[in-house]
Amino acid sequence: MIALVHPHGPYVNFAALSPIEALVGGSVVVLLVGLLRSRFAREQLVPALTIVSLGTTIGLALWQWHDHTSAVDGALAIDNLSLVMTLIVATAGIAATLLSWRALAPRESAHGDYHALLLGSIAGMVVLVSAQNLVTLFIGIELLSIPLYVLCATEMRRAASLESGLKYLIIGSVGSATLVYGLALIYGATGSTDFATIASIIGHGHSSNALLFTGIALVLVGLCFKASIAPFHQWTPDVYEGAPTPVTAFMAVATKAAAFGVLLRVLDVMLISERSNWQPVLVTLAAITIIVGNVGALGQASLKRMLAYSSVAQAGYILAGVAVATALGARAVLFYLMVYLLMNVAAFAVIIARERETPYGDDIDAVAGIGKERPWLAWPLTIAMLSLAGVPATAGFIGKVYLIDALVNGGYSWLAIVLVIGSMISLAYYLRVISAVWMRPAPGPSVLGRGAVPVIAGGSPEADSVVGSEFELTAVAVLFAAATIVLGIVPQPLFDLAHHAASTVAGAL
Amino acid sequence: MLSILIWLPVAAAAVGTLARDKRAAGAFALAGSLGALGLAVALIADYNGHSGQLTHVTNVVWIRSLGIHYSLGVDGLSLFLVAMTTFSFALAITAANIRNWATPRLFYLLFALAESAVLGAFLAQDLALFVAFFDLMLVPFYLLLGVWGGPGRVSATLKLVIYTFVGSLFMLAGAIALAVLTAQHTGHPLSFSISTLAASHLAKGTQEWIFLLFAAAFLVKMPAFPFHGWMPDTYREMPVEVLAVFSGVLSKVGAYGFLRIVLPTMPQASVHFQLLLLLIGLASVLYGSVMAFTQTNARLIAGYSSIAQLGFITLGIFAFAPQGAQGAVLQMVNHGIVVAPLLLIIGLLAARAGGSEDIRDMGGIAMRAPILATVFLIVAFATLAMPGSGNFIGEFLILLGLFQTKMAISILAFAGVVMASVYALRVFIRSMHNRTGQKVHSFEMRWQEGLALVPFLAAIGLFAFYPQIQLQRSEKAVTATIRQEQVLTARPTRTLAATIKTTTVADR
Repeated sequence: MIALVHPHGPYVNFAALSPIEALVGGSVVVLLVGLLRSRFAREQLVPALTIVSLGTTIGLALWQWHDHTSAVDGALAIDNLSLVMTLIVATAGIAATLLSWRALAPRESAHGDYHALLLGSIAGMVVLVSAQNLVTLFIGIELLSIPLYVLCATEMRRAASLESGLKYLIIGSVGSATLVYGLALIYGATGSTDFATIASIIGHGHSSNALLFTGIALVLVGLCFKASIAPFHQWTPDVYEGAPTPVTAFMAVATKAAAFGVLLRVLDVMLISERSNWQPVLVTLAAITIIVGNVGALGQASLKRMLAYSSVAQAGYILAGVAVATALGARAVLFYLMVYLLMNVAAFAVIIARERETPYGDDIDAVAGIGKERPWLAWPLTIAMLSLAGVPATAGFIGKVYLIDALVNGGYSWLAIVLVIGSMISLAYYLRVISAVWMRPAPGPSVLGRGAVPVIAGGSPEADSVVGSEFELTAVAVLFAAATIVLGIVPQPLFDLAHHAASTVAGAL
Repeated sequence: MLSILIWLPVAAAAVGTLARDKRAAGAFALAGSLGALGLAVALIADYNGHSGQLTHVTNVVWIRSLGIHYSLGVDGLSLFLVAMTTFSFALAITAANIRNWATPRLFYLLFALAESAVLGAFLAQDLALFVAFFDLMLVPFYLLLGVWGGPGRVSATLKLVIYTFVGSLFMLAGAIALAVLTAQHTGHPLSFSISTLAASHLAKGTQEWIFLLFAAAFLVKMPAFPFHGWMPDTYREMPVEVLAVFSGVLSKVGAYGFLRIVLPTMPQASVHFQLLLLLIGLASVLYGSVMAFTQTNARLIAGYSSIAQLGFITLGIFAFAPQGAQGAVLQMVNHGIVVAPLLLIIGLLAARAGGSEDIRDMGGIAMRAPILATVFLIVAFATLAMPGSGNFIGEFLILLGLFQTKMAISILAFAGVVMASVYALRVFIRSMHNRTGQKVHSFEMRWQEGLALVPFLAAIGLFAFYPQIQLQRSEKAVTATIRQEQVLTARPTRTLAATIKTTTVADR
């Protein structure tokens, strides 16, 4: 992809770029296969090829483990950080593909397009987290965002989905504009687009302060839009609620991971010597985000909205780890991103399953009483909620311990206390879900099978034939919930991954 | 061995969930808890009290990157609490087997998980492991209350969980801060081992805020007077078999946490806040006692009396005198083996009073159920700390220890002892004698119910006549926990203490 953008680039390491090539190639193939007439090819082959493409990406990323090369003349770094991030977003992509296998969205928007956009967005994320250059950073973020704008609007017969896509497009464009303006100012201040060169110029103090500060501020605002940090989070609940749920699940975990991956590179590597200037701002933002997200999630009846606010709060926790700017903080951030992937996907898988089975959509009523009826969905949801709340024996607990450890170690004990207070508030809404699951009766005869999605809500006659046997949803939910538990008891593999990935960043700290 | 003790109950119950017959789940859970009880008894027999050291130590690295060890050990402080836990759970599961539960497999699995988590908290020698078990035990109780509880259970669970989890999260922050700051202070790698943390102390100011974080968690768990807001709803709605262990065992984890973690690791802060904690303890004693004899719901009477008892235990711990601490540990066990049968009996009474737990609806039950009345009388006497009961010895030691250090508080706390006899006898008289209630249909208890109650009576008897069985084994470990505080609060009235100490020995 990047190779195409730079036809005269001096040196392109095609082997190092292979994960991105797999994604882009997959995207093209999927788009073409989606044009075939056979229903089998569109509905089964396309998702299968998407998963193959993502699996290949994961395989190639693992193959390059510990390689530390740079591709495209230093514009992209293929190091452990980008590889771990690739694993996270590709896993999220596989989960999203499985979750949308029999969903409404790809059916309405053509399977080929839907999956090609998904793969394109993942390619953008991989570019973004590998970026070593202001230009690649911007290319990555646009490649990530533009397909997502479209994906949000793929349930074309539902107004909320279109609204979500439009809202995301507008807000996202504002964010991108702010970001590119900031990037330009940083270039103006330092005369370079390369992260390492900028870092050394800033480190030696050869830069114009006013330009640089404005640039940094604008870049941070742009990235905060993507990571939904308060007060730039307002789009999150609306977009998450309106978008097709598999897309929401994908956005919640993958976009967040990519945004924080690049924040780590920008803040903790490129701008590390300006730490004294951005650190106070970011820790304040983190504290605000934690409180705003957790308070906002209280009393939300829509599970997707609740998880949207919860994702804002979780972004606050993660931002705290970035802002403390220590090697330990970077490790804690990466650890938490991996954990976040597991627990959120499990929760969304259950929500999708219930959306298709009941007429309640993503309302909390949809999961009421499933403890007795559907234990294979009830347990994953319970585990996901407990893990998000940070209860022991789940990976979420270890992640929070690690973050608090990093904060106290970095001299931000007060922020650790804010994090803890945020977790306390969060209990109220996570436990509301658990109590609905186990302690409330189902709100009326459970509607299984036919006629599950009312036509008003965008249900189409064809959709009815797909509900009923969603073993892949249960499988995803159970698998990710089981991983949450197992890695909560034996977390060392995640620690090792986080350690290796953060070693790239830690060098600068 | 300790790992087996911890995980046996939940493993047995997990096997029970695989059994084809739903009824078998209860039998498997019972077998697991009896196995744990057997192991606990073996631990007591095996324990040599003269060393005061941790025995049966297990120590393997759990999470290397965070310096967290899976570290278990038992000493005189935890020995009898472990035994009391396994004992209460075994009998509560016996009692639960009498009833039919909806979804029994899940019920017994959660019940057994609760036992494992409580045992883990008592045996953990690593602060992070303790925190993990401390939080983990909330999950099964939350679901047990929420799924099988009374009609107001949903709001009760919310209160219970928010109160206790808020405390737990404070403690989590405190634990991490304690370990990280100690590691920075000493320059050693990060370690959560309680003995390592106790070996070097932080600056007093730092200790103080960490102390408050821990105290919040433990006082909520106990519950102590201003932090008991969750208690009434929980006591009212929880299934009585679950409540028996909840009240008997869980509240002790908080008191145990003070002795195991707070006093050894933060001595200066403990001394600094001694008066505050003593006042909280005193307030709990007085408030709990007064509330207990104004309530009419039998469960709430037991609940408020627990607040009073835990107040006594707090007083004993923060007296910083060996007798006080010894008395506190003895009283933790005593209260556990008294309040659990009391609650089970309340369950039986309610069954005879047309389902009402209000003592105004009871009365005259003794006429048709003399054995039940006898059992209840013994338990009531033990609750009010009748001389000759184990509770008497426990409260006596606590007040004695407190008398040496804070005389005024000790004298005020005596009022609690008096009031205990009023409320305990009030429940007994109102339910067993008096005019027969309108809805009362009295009948003798069944042999299965007796099976769950009689062992408690045996234990009450054991501790009444031979409390040394515990005191001897716990002395070294318990006095070690308050040694630093004793040094810090050293007073000139040594001779008086010494004289009273000789009388204590004679009294025993």
